Amino acid sequence: MATDVSAYTKPLPPITKLNAPFWEGTKKGELRLQTCNECGHQWYPPSTHCPNCLSRDYAWKAVSGRGKVWSWVVFHQRYFKAFEDELPYNVTLVELDEGVMMMSTLRGIDDKDVHCDLQVKVEFEDATDEQSVPYFVPA
Amino acid sequence: MAEINIRDKTAIVGIGSTNFGAMYRDLDKERTSYELAADALKAAIDDSGIDKNDIDGLLCVRTPSYARMADVVGLHHLRLVNQLEGSGRMAGVALQYAVMAIVTGQAETVAIVYGNNGRSVGDRYGGVFSPDSPAAWDAMYGMTSPGAAVAHMWRRYMYLYGASEDSLAAAAINNRANGAKNPNAVFQKPITKEEYMQARYIAEPLRLFDYCIINDGGVATIVTTAEKAKTLKQPPVYIGASYSATDLTNYYTTHDFFFGAMQDIAGRLYKTADVTPSEIDFAQLYDNFTPTQFFALEGYGFCERGTAHKWAQDGRIALDGDLPVNTSGGHTAESYMQGHALTIEAVRQLRGQAGERQVKNAKVGFYTCPAPICNAHILHN
Ligand SMILES: [Zn+2]
Repeated sequence: MATDVSAYTKPLPPITKLNAPFWEGTKKGELRLQTCNECGHQWYPPSTHCPNCLSRDYAWKAVSGRGKVWSWVVFHQRYFKAFEDELPYNVTLVELDEGVMMMSTLRGIDDKDVHCDLQVKVEFEDATDEQSVPYFVPA
Repeated sequence: MAEINIRDKTAIVGIGSTNFGAMYRDLDKERTSYELAADALKAAIDDSGIDKNDIDGLLCVRTPSYARMADVVGLHHLRLVNQLEGSGRMAGVALQYAVMAIVTGQAETVAIVYGNNGRSVGDRYGGVFSPDSPAAWDAMYGMTSPGAAVAHMWRRYMYLYGASEDSLAAAAINNRANGAKNPNAVFQKPITKEEYMQARYIAEPLRLFDYCIINDGGVATIVTTAEKAKTLKQPPVYIGASYSATDLTNYYTTHDFFFGAMQDIAGRLYKTADVTPSEIDFAQLYDNFTPTQFFALEGYGFCERGTAHKWAQDGRIALDGDLPVNTSGGHTAESYMQGHALTIEAVRQLRGQAGERQVKNAKVGFYTCPAPICNAHILHN
């Protein structure tokens, strides 16, 4: 493949049988969540069982990609070398409209203008040929 | 639910620890968690006057192997043994398990030993994750560390309840003021509000002085039956009640800052111990990061929900205040011994052995750890 993998240095969860449909979604601009075929429950990050009814029978469904900022922090301390150049950087915990919590980051807004419950929507950054990273911007 | 009454059936009879301040200044890469736990156990045995061979239960916290721990301290024939992970919530969980074991007759005398060589070996509470764990989905965004998770909760708390960022200074300043009266503490110098505010952010809105001090150290606690306690050297400190409740999520953060779990505990705790919050003379509040002090004050009814950021101001949590909090300096001044040092400080206070920081007429003490496993105890003399 042509992609220079070394260009993206931040950590990425390895693609597995379990999570591959999530990553396929990100390449199509879709935020997909596992959705239980038994009870309709949705969850993130990927897991083998529906945590509500313990079924393994689920489908990957594209969701709205909309939600609100539950909270956010700004990292000033270096924990990861790959994020060193971005310090200080924003880490946002988003509550999706579907009720699912998702750790992410917020772009397109100054940190001083961010507030809890700010409406946001998902966008994607190309990381590798197989993986794009979801992030959020003000809706 | 049929419940065995645990009230006052058990007592803490021995406590021991290493010197946290001395160890902070003396790194040693060869130092093991086992030797630190063994030092503490020796001190606790000496403190209690108990025969080592009377110990028939051993709960090891953070030491990697209970078998190694048992061998190091020569306790080969036990009726109860296990180890608990090196997370702060386990201090309270271990005490709860000790009470359960003793009240049900599974063991008579349980030693809880804790050893932590984290500072010497360079332990970090962030930046390390397994690629196949859910933490990898956080690391993708540079998210890591329990401190940042608590920072998320504190930011949300500020938004919901109109708390100001500097309200947290009260907790950090109080810890340092108490640490200044503790010859065993790592930091024995008070700080001012200006110093608090000028310190750098770690995970904003939390600053340096909101963070616990990673250190080496050992702590041990010996628990036995109320009957046996009366025959030993120290005045018994009775366990009036001890409970846990969880709020386990993928993110450490919870929507209600553990309020629901703490309320679940509070109802049972106060009923069993027959105590009300206003009768509690001091509180040891687990503070890996200072916001947990405020969460705890609300969760256990010391003040109304959403008001701790105001309630804790103006000396109310000081040694001579309405509710002295973290009398030995807590995790940001004494040492981050993951709750264990807070427990033995409660015992010292109830024995009247807390020296310059002694709370006058201390009769009822409280410990809690607000975390994904919340737990709390009522202790009294
Ligand atoms: Zn289901």
